[in-house]
Amino acid sequence: MKLLLGLLAACLFSAAAMASEQAPDVLVKNVTTEVLDTVRQDKDIQNGNSKKTLDLVETKILPHFNFQRMTQLAMGREGRKATPEQLKVLTDEFRTLLVRTYSKALTEYRDQEISFKPLKWAATDTDVKVRTEVKQSGGKPITLDYYLEKSAAGWKVYDVEVAGASLVTNYRSSFSQEIQKNGVEGLIRSLQAKNKTGAAASPAK
Amino acid sequence: MKAQKTVSRFKATLLALTLSALLSGCATSGNPKDPIEGFNRAMFAFNEGLDTVLIKPVAQGYDAVLPTPVRTGVTNFFGNIADLFIGINNLLQGKPDQALSDLGRVAINSTIGILGLFDVASEAGLEKHEEDFGQTFGRWGVGDGAYVVIPLFGPRTVRDTVGLVLDVKADPVGGIDHVATRNSLAALRLIDTRADLLPADKVIEEAAIDKYAYVRDGYLQRRRNLIHDGNPPREADY
Repeated sequence: MKLLLGLLAACLFSAAAMASEQAPDVLVKNVTTEVLDTVRQDKDIQNGNSKKTLDLVETKILPHFNFQRMTQLAMGREGRKATPEQLKVLTDEFRTLLVRTYSKALTEYRDQEISFKPLKWAATDTDVKVRTEVKQSGGKPITLDYYLEKSAAGWKVYDVEVAGASLVTNYRSSFSQEIQKNGVEGLIRSLQAKNKTGAAASPAK
Repeated sequence: MKAQKTVSRFKATLLALTLSALLSGCATSGNPKDPIEGFNRAMFAFNEGLDTVLIKPVAQGYDAVLPTPVRTGVTNFFGNIADLFIGINNLLQGKPDQALSDLGRVAINSTIGILGLFDVASEAGLEKHEEDFGQTFGRWGVGDGAYVVIPLFGPRTVRDTVGLVLDVKADPVGGIDHVATRNSLAALRLIDTRADLLPADKVIEEAAIDKYAYVRDGYLQRRRNLIHDGNPPREADY
């Protein structure tokens, strides 16, 4: 009897442990569903309220992203030229840029249906690609894929591909050209300038 | 007559633009995939200008006026014509299963889907594919070649430009003898396609630091993905 109770307790314990670390595909599905439900019910977001959208992205999506890795991926080989302080500034600026891009995409969202592809993965995997598709009337569905890596704090997204184009590595060639021309400081300046114009163009309502 | 004059003036402008772009030196910043960047940037600016003053406003009006079901019907109609060529390209790429599915789509949508206005086949589980001659050449092992921005058509690679010539030649709309019908259909398709891309515009504006480079790199990534049917080998991280 004691043994049975012990087993039961062990089972419950491990179930709790598993729930705290969601499987990557479950994580993507839950976050997407929650965020899109919010967008669908919120007229302000649909009408382009950037403050509200940014808040949604900031609280619901960002905790699951690894921006440091994203920045390193975007910089590619040239990233080695940056000091740790420069990398930190770059990560912050790149984060702002990606968040704004993501928010913009959300305000353009109109009831398109998302389908989640089954993920084949083993418990030992530390790097997976979760595939989803956005259905659009009259056209081929657009693929939206998330690359996730396992970290101590759970699964984190480090790349997003829209229709096969990575939102992160799409910056690589222009970043490296900028670094070659004007150095790491030049890249920081151009990112800061971009983020400033964006903030001015879409003031928080 | 007047139209002809406009066309020839348009051609002259294009020629002048091309020449000036070539003469202004192929200012390259050393991207190996984009050896004629100076020329491409000029063409990109030309296309952007044309889009801003003409194509985009018309597409916005079209999008605002037509109810969604009608818009979808138009997109479906042209999509159905395209499916025939997607099927042929799948066959040329040695994918008979997909080709059969594409032709099945055409058969179903042209009949039950009333001349392609309704995409019944997708609902029945026959998924739409995306193929063209450029991809077929890619499958056959033809390399990309340099990146080129073509007036009106936009980003291509040298290989995809050759593919585009065949795509245009094979296009049934272009084969219609009645000029007014042909031109109206071609214009409708252009505007409908542009209208479908309106939401993407804003996102690109938000994301791009250098719009030219952003569109170029996005195009090259997307083509690579398409040629590998969605499963390209992942590029080295760095």
